[in-house]
Amino acid sequence: MKTFSIGGVHPDDKKISAGSKIEVLPVPKTVYISMAQHLGGPAKAIVAPGDRVKTGQVIGEPTGFISAYVHSSVTGTVKSVGLRKDLAGIQVIHVEIETEPDEWAEGIDTSDTLVTEIPQDRQFIIDRIKNNGVVGLGGATFPTHVKLCPPPDKKAECLILNGAECEPYLTSDYRIMLEKTRQIVVGAALMKKVLGVSKAVIGIEENKPEAIKAMSAAVAELQKVSQDYSGIEVQTLKKKYPQGGEKQLIDAVMHRQVKSMGLPIDVGAVVQNVATSLAVYDAVQKNMPLISNTLTVTGDCLPADRQKNYLFRIGYPLSYIAGYNGGVPAEAVKIISGGPMMGKAVSNLDAATLKGSSSILYMTQEQTARKPESNCIRCGKCAEACPMGLEPFLLNKLARNGMMEDLEANAVQDCIECGCCLYSCPANIPLLDVIRVAKGEVIRAMRARTAPKK
Amino acid sequence: MNRILVSPSPHIHAKTSTSVLMRDVVIALLPSVIVSILYYGAAAIGLLAASVVSCILVEYLITRFMFKAPSTIGDWSSSVTGVLLFLNLPPSCPWWVAVIGAIFAIGVIKMTFGGLGQNLFNPAIAARVFLLVSFPTFMTNWAAPKGFLGVDAVSGATPLGIVKEGLAQGLTLPEIYAQHDFSYLQTLFINIGGSVGEISAIAILAGFVYLLARKVIRPYITLSILATVFVFSGIFWLVNPDQYTDPLFNLLTGGVLLGAVFMATDYVTSPMSDKGGVIFGVGIGLLTILIRYFGSYPEGMSFAILIMNSVVPLINKFCKQKKYGR
Repeated sequence: MKTFSIGGVHPDDKKISAGSKIEVLPVPKTVYISMAQHLGGPAKAIVAPGDRVKTGQVIGEPTGFISAYVHSSVTGTVKSVGLRKDLAGIQVIHVEIETEPDEWAEGIDTSDTLVTEIPQDRQFIIDRIKNNGVVGLGGATFPTHVKLCPPPDKKAECLILNGAECEPYLTSDYRIMLEKTRQIVVGAALMKKVLGVSKAVIGIEENKPEAIKAMSAAVAELQKVSQDYSGIEVQTLKKKYPQGGEKQLIDAVMHRQVKSMGLPIDVGAVVQNVATSLAVYDAVQKNMPLISNTLTVTGDCLPADRQKNYLFRIGYPLSYIAGYNGGVPAEAVKIISGGPMMGKAVSNLDAATLKGSSSILYMTQEQTARKPESNCIRCGKCAEACPMGLEPFLLNKLARNGMMEDLEANAVQDCIECGCCLYSCPANIPLLDVIRVAKGEVIRAMRARTAPKK
Repeated sequence: MNRILVSPSPHIHAKTSTSVLMRDVVIALLPSVIVSILYYGAAAIGLLAASVVSCILVEYLITRFMFKAPSTIGDWSSSVTGVLLFLNLPPSCPWWVAVIGAIFAIGVIKMTFGGLGQNLFNPAIAARVFLLVSFPTFMTNWAAPKGFLGVDAVSGATPLGIVKEGLAQGLTLPEIYAQHDFSYLQTLFINIGGSVGEISAIAILAGFVYLLARKVIRPYITLSILATVFVFSGIFWLVNPDQYTDPLFNLLTGGVLLGAVFMATDYVTSPMSDKGGVIFGVGIGLLTILIRYFGSYPEGMSFAILIMNSVVPLINKFCKQKKYGR
């Protein structure tokens, strides 16, 4: 069974909410739609207070090459356009909308009919993806149309669909692979068409046998329908974190490694999450903008009947979702948006959901409190765990002594911030905390060096 | 709502800690400890107590009163040093020699460098060599005290000591073996003369298996030492079996197993990478055999480990694991 070749750790799966079917959340009274839902330049709000907007209407336009459209997820009246705190407590422009019953914008197909016919016009597909604001839903929220249009000197060879969902607790990708199976495969065929590649691999970890079965069956079924689905295959991957890391997945599936500071396209790979593939299907086949996504509400301290997978629309406040679910459990001391390895601790529960929101994860004191740091015993467990082959113990020492050149020589800039080092350190040394800061400084210094002199 | 915690990722931690790892090492040492107590009796219990208690006490006093910091004895590392020191002493050694060894191991070798993780040399091995040089009479008196099993020990010398002496008298190995009635079965289960911990190869190997099963250590260092000792001494033995001891004899005597399983694998004083570990192990194996065949000390293992300890920073510098995409 395939997996990536260097490092990795094996945290408990804890896929407690895996059995819960996706439920649609009712629309709240007010939504707050952020203009910074993607990597790159924030969108520019094009509505003003008092404007009436329809569901799916553009309310934010991209600024620059790497940016994306933002659409209204509801019908209603714009109450304000201004700064509001995101989940990290940072002030970002949000559009506040008081909601009314849905009235969909022109040209959106809201039916459930599966459209399997693949448009043959490449540009049409790209335009639909771009105009409907599709961004990567695997975590980075990189604008999808940019990723699907590599520079002319680079040639894509293989599309990899990331269904690894290697983070413990998260089950939203699993649920859509079971419930939106064929849509995801159609999305893969659409992206395959855009890239002009003959091969697409859907990588799924072995702990999700039902998803593997369902996806394989859907691929086989659609391959009978049209030639456009040939070359798509499901690849079972060994369970190991961080399998879903872009660089690790390429290593696992293609046995190729992206050079330091390089991009997947350099080795002929384009990686997209299964949720992105679903968004691509909606955007292209239904002209449906990316205004909703699936989110897991879970945690060991949450009762079994409250472990949920919800279909939410962007702009729902986290506090609304938590409240609808029955409130924050008393034992929870930390609320995480994302998985326990790479997710962000929420400091502001009133923050609104984004296109890339994937979970509300509750953790107890006992599960998540850091223990006091003690001396490094040079056991090497961090180096053994690092999927990039780095030496976290060394980077930690270099960083604490401000040795920038040595940090660069020891490849701190290659760190993917997966957290395997801190997770496995028996001395509870906050390795990643220190390395993350050092990495930022080193990358800034490297950029300053290569930037043209003014 | 209650106060909520906000901290950077990752938000979970593997259920591992320094104290759990060190406690596992102590557990892995238990078979050897139990066999030695059965075999050497009350004297072994006294020596064990003197060694472990003084190691813990010295660390406690230094951390509390010199570092003025919280005590670190809870991490179990001083207990590991205490048990290892005990296993490296001759069974008849006076208790106060163990106390001096403990003061040297913890006070000089470990704490002067800043405590756990900072020392260059393995504290127990350094203390053994220190005692060997300082108290040669006590450290080479192999007379065995009466144990609980009621077996009479062959006293006087270790197998390697007997061989060295015999060779010096101009005897050949077969003649020496015939005089002393050596058998491998003895070394496997109950040894003839030697440090406390060398008494049973099976007990040491049981500890090795436990450490591997609990993923405390990786096998490369131990296996490369054993393989090197076996192959390197094998070459000499094939050339002249009258003059050079055979490979199996070299593996089973003179603390090779104890050193290879418990001392050379010490996290702090061994290389980080597996590749480095193999170089380190091969170095220890070669040095051990060279000292045995051509040096004046019969055992060689302690010196080999100490010498290779000093090379570890260099090995770490040159043996890096392969980085992704580089």
